[in-house]
Amino acid sequence: MSEPVHDIAAEIAARDDAEVEAAVIDLLPLDAWHRAHGARMVPFAGYEMPVQYDGIMAEHLWTRESAGLFDVSHMGQIFLSGEGLDEALETLIPADVKGVKPNAQKYSLLLDEGGGILDDLMFTRWDDGLYMVVNGAVKYEDIGHLRMELPDDITLNHMDDHALLALQGPKAVDALARLVPGVEALVFMTGDHFDWNGTQLWISRSGYTGEDGFEMSVPGEHAVLLADALVAEPEVKPIGLGARDSLRLEADLPLYGHDLDTETTPIMAALNFAVGSKRRREEANFPGAARILMERENGAIVRRVGLVIEGRQPVREGAAVIDADETTVGRVTSGGFAPTLGAPIAMAYVPTAMAEVGTRVQIVQRGKIHTGIVTAMPFVPHRYVRAGGK
Amino acid sequence: MSRYFTEDHEWVDVDGEIGTVGISDYAQGQLGDIVFVDVPEEGKSLTKGDEAAVVESVKAASDVYSPVSGTVIEGNPALADEPALVNSDAEGDGWFFKIGISDASELDELMDEGAYEAFVAKL
Repeated sequence: MSEPVHDIAAEIAARDDAEVEAAVIDLLPLDAWHRAHGARMVPFAGYEMPVQYDGIMAEHLWTRESAGLFDVSHMGQIFLSGEGLDEALETLIPADVKGVKPNAQKYSLLLDEGGGILDDLMFTRWDDGLYMVVNGAVKYEDIGHLRMELPDDITLNHMDDHALLALQGPKAVDALARLVPGVEALVFMTGDHFDWNGTQLWISRSGYTGEDGFEMSVPGEHAVLLADALVAEPEVKPIGLGARDSLRLEADLPLYGHDLDTETTPIMAALNFAVGSKRRREEANFPGAARILMERENGAIVRRVGLVIEGRQPVREGAAVIDADETTVGRVTSGGFAPTLGAPIAMAYVPTAMAEVGTRVQIVQRGKIHTGIVTAMPFVPHRYVRAGGK
Repeated sequence: MSRYFTEDHEWVDVDGEIGTVGISDYAQGQLGDIVFVDVPEEGKSLTKGDEAAVVESVKAASDVYSPVSGTVIEGNPALADEPALVNSDAEGDGWFFKIGISDASELDELMDEGAYEAFVAKL
């Protein structure tokens, strides 16, 4: 038997080793904790990370039914502050930064001059600045870009002394509210500071699974205590990166470096909501605005779509989408077996003419032709708890 | 009947000239939840080391190599509907294919059960 032909974690790790200057494997605060809980550790984003505990399928389904604890401390946590920060950040991302209210969280994209995506990110307004979470695989590039492009009066603090935990699933709120009363009052894409046994936590109601849940920034030295307290709750089990990947794929959440990169624009990536601010579009002063706004009007040449694959065999990242003449016209960027659906699914870039729901597309993988049906995403409905009780 | 193993974690049970091939229990544990197995068709001619089957877990695909040369007699039909048999019974009901062995001397290059256990223990 060969080594797995397509192992996402290993591939990301290889890419990171080449791209990230910190080639040395660093230990995250929960490294020993994962090992003690039976995790299989793999190199990932310059760290050793847990890919699974009990098995990806069981962990995936547990998260959809109950609550899963994810360690995402490899991600970059950044705090920005200084006079003129909102205006300055608006030169780098297409979001309406000025319109973000205190404790409100927003998704946005770091763009290059051509409108290509350098990273996707979340940011939140704190009292004295903006808290930002970026992808682990490109965090050093992002920090370099921000330091280069933002004016000198803006201070950037890389909060690498903080761990980041996510508790995801329909019972996450029950478990967390027992430890940290008050979190149940948060709604999707808002957060607040909470005191937990004398430790300050930043908790937002957000995540990367499509489920209700929370993300928690905790000082690294308290991460083990918090993780212990969470898994002591009956609803909670630790979940690895393998299930994180299958959960986010079912939920139409793109993965940077795979479904998004500098060759893709927000419109190609079907992230039109990231350019949803009318003021920002009228000002048209974010990087790549001319191209992005043109694509928003007329459509991009290609578009990210969801595919349900016929049969049982998954298609994987890198498989080619072909047309009737067997010419390559697109590419699968994420693919795997969807445990919730019991069927293989994928994300792919296809010509916009082939992007309509219901279109059948041919995919060639290792000499074999597969059929995919363009399907509305998310594949599994989101269950966010939004303002207004719905 | 004798059982032999490869360093790539295939096993072959030999009964006269017929070999039954699968992946080891260690291998299924490493792969995790298996969601699809592509087995070779009857009549396919394989040389030792050829890619004979594909096994897909939730996150990755792996090739399965033929431990011996010969002609495929049948693929395991049960795996089409129940690929998880490879997880639950890798070295029994989760077999991949049966092969008519053309050169029994190739078996001499494989490990017996004890040697394979020692091999895995060092991984």
